[in-house]
Amino acid sequence: MSRFRETIGPHTFSFGHLVEVLAKASPARSGDQLAGCAAETDAERAAAQRVLADVPLTTFLTEPVVDPDEDEVTRLIWESHDTQAFAPVASLTVGELRDWLLATAVAPDAAARLAGVAPGLTPEMVAAVSKIMRNQDLIAVAAAAQVTSAFRTTMGLPGRMGTRLQPNHPTDDPRGVTAAILDGLLLGAGDAVIGINPASDSPQATADLLRLVDEIRQRYEIPTQSCVLAHVTTTIELIESGAPVDLVFQSIAGTQAANAGFGVDLAVLREGMEAARSLGRGNVGDQVMYLETGQGSALSADAHLGVGGHPVDQQTLEARAYGVARALDPFLVNTVVGFIGPEYLYDGKQIIRAGLEDHFCGKLLGLQMGVDVCYTNHAEADQDDMDTLLTLLGVAGVGFVITVPGADDVMLGYQSLSFHDALYARNVLGLRPAPEFEQWLQDRGLLESDGRLVHLDPESSPLRMLGASA
Amino acid sequence: MSTMWERLRTVTQSRIGQDRIGDTVSSTEVLQFRAAHAMARDAVRQPLDVQSLLEGIEGLGLGPAAVVASRAASREEYLRRPDLGRRPADLTTVPEGLGADVGIVVADGLSTTAVAAHAVPMLAALREVFAGRLTLAPVVVATNARVALGDHVGDHLGVSTLLVLIGERPGLSVSDSLGIYLTHRPRPGRRDAERNCLSNIHPPEGLGYAAAARTVAALVDGARLLGESGVRLKDSSHQVTG
Repeated sequence: MSRFRETIGPHTFSFGHLVEVLAKASPARSGDQLAGCAAETDAERAAAQRVLADVPLTTFLTEPVVDPDEDEVTRLIWESHDTQAFAPVASLTVGELRDWLLATAVAPDAAARLAGVAPGLTPEMVAAVSKIMRNQDLIAVAAAAQVTSAFRTTMGLPGRMGTRLQPNHPTDDPRGVTAAILDGLLLGAGDAVIGINPASDSPQATADLLRLVDEIRQRYEIPTQSCVLAHVTTTIELIESGAPVDLVFQSIAGTQAANAGFGVDLAVLREGMEAARSLGRGNVGDQVMYLETGQGSALSADAHLGVGGHPVDQQTLEARAYGVARALDPFLVNTVVGFIGPEYLYDGKQIIRAGLEDHFCGKLLGLQMGVDVCYTNHAEADQDDMDTLLTLLGVAGVGFVITVPGADDVMLGYQSLSFHDALYARNVLGLRPAPEFEQWLQDRGLLESDGRLVHLDPESSPLRMLGASA
Repeated sequence: MSTMWERLRTVTQSRIGQDRIGDTVSSTEVLQFRAAHAMARDAVRQPLDVQSLLEGIEGLGLGPAAVVASRAASREEYLRRPDLGRRPADLTTVPEGLGADVGIVVADGLSTTAVAAHAVPMLAALREVFAGRLTLAPVVVATNARVALGDHVGDHLGVSTLLVLIGERPGLSVSDSLGIYLTHRPRPGRRDAERNCLSNIHPPEGLGYAAAARTVAALVDGARLLGESGVRLKDSSHQVTG
């Protein structure tokens, strides 16, 4: 008889394997349905959640979700597990961990205790507990946790919310990119990073964009960092040829096979980190990695199967991607939560839930966690859903959000947040940009004495020459 | 909008310099955005008007077109289940083993408005570039379809090269863009790397029909010469099209 059994009303449900319990305990989403691992009924999901709540946390240290003989991510997670940090929760089940987290969240030393336990938690434990937590639980614990990271700005301080200024252009046109940077800076965006998704994958185009942003940063003495989101191997080459690389970007996922689909493994990611660190370009800190993740990336690469060929649910795999990220001491990590499409997260409800899960899991594991609050035009979502998720994430203490002019990314063809959206969140929630960047905004006359952004025409702004050059 | 923003709007389609009200944007900006999103959503959600499309194809003198549905029973299922959109429900309406040089599938994809606006004139331009050189199989219209559904149709038709005209995922600025995917020796199981793609067909702003047809014709010639489509053909197509 299965050790995973539970009765709900007239039905007794049994589950064959831990992987199946995790998948069926996941809140409903289209990606797990596509993978064929979602609960068939609400009662089955409720049963799986009760079964999962009774699983001891130590089970995750002996029963792999993905076979360690075939997967370096599992080996990394197990080998880097800190038993001393784990001690306070070592005797708990998944359900008891939820209670422990929520009790800890209201303690005066919550941030220190959550940071202390982080190296003792594995991605699978964190994914498991998130599945039985309500949205308010995910928010409450994330808000109590604190993660700081630094390069030229300090991210994650209490009462702060950063923004990535994303000035993408369909042909990487330097004037178009410059115009979008001007728009963002005048609206107070860009303290997390000025980060461009290049339209071209050529190293030359990436180098040109790096020089363009670096020149703007230096000319206006902006305390921030730049990044062109090319493949890690391209960035390593560019570092060797002397291009001004601040942060090394890479998309990552939660299985070795999915990472292979991105053309990376742990070794090349570490190589990228060492290469950028050797440049010593950060003046406040030396965290140099910028990593992106998103639920569904493993399934879309057909790299989502766990032990025994069982499909692993996309949220557990997403948390495992944070296990990869954690080994790289990143400056920034963000989930591109609504970007991957409705076959993974169908509508606003699923995107909002996944955004809160991703933020909670990443932050609890000790990452500087941001979210690309976004959707595509074939998802059942709109700006109202993004307003809701942004507000919830602001309350949850999100590290940073992605911002583009008017919420419309004309290169990637999806909707993210606008620079104005970030102003709204900062205003209603009393949040401020990173301190170094805030000081710069004040020095340049872009902030009022009360912290509100000055309403400036570009011609009368201190950045007018930037507009003239575009 | 200030003079500088007006000028800068000419260097990017980005929504830079939006009229600011407090910490947000003006009602005009909000409503413009909502209208653009509405068009994009309608492009995805509205079902294809198959009857009008069939009449348009017939009007070109390309003969009666066959209609194939995918295994996705609704637009919603189509969005949730890409695997079902890649497989035909039934191919009995499609003629078998014709052995023509080129087959053409018109698929709704993610923008039915793109297909409604551009499929018929695109077919006219394709007919012109192939006339007298290559034989065309009857056109097949596919609903709730993704690109790979064409592999089943092309295999069934027995054509050497298959073109799939398909509505592309709509953006806020363009919701009616058509793409063309070329697969040489189509058969179920072909990978995306074995195809060539031409996208952004939506005159007058995007690529025009005649220019697209010339590029497609060059790709078809290249595929016939090379014996395959995909990554290797991509490189030589630049030479062919200049």
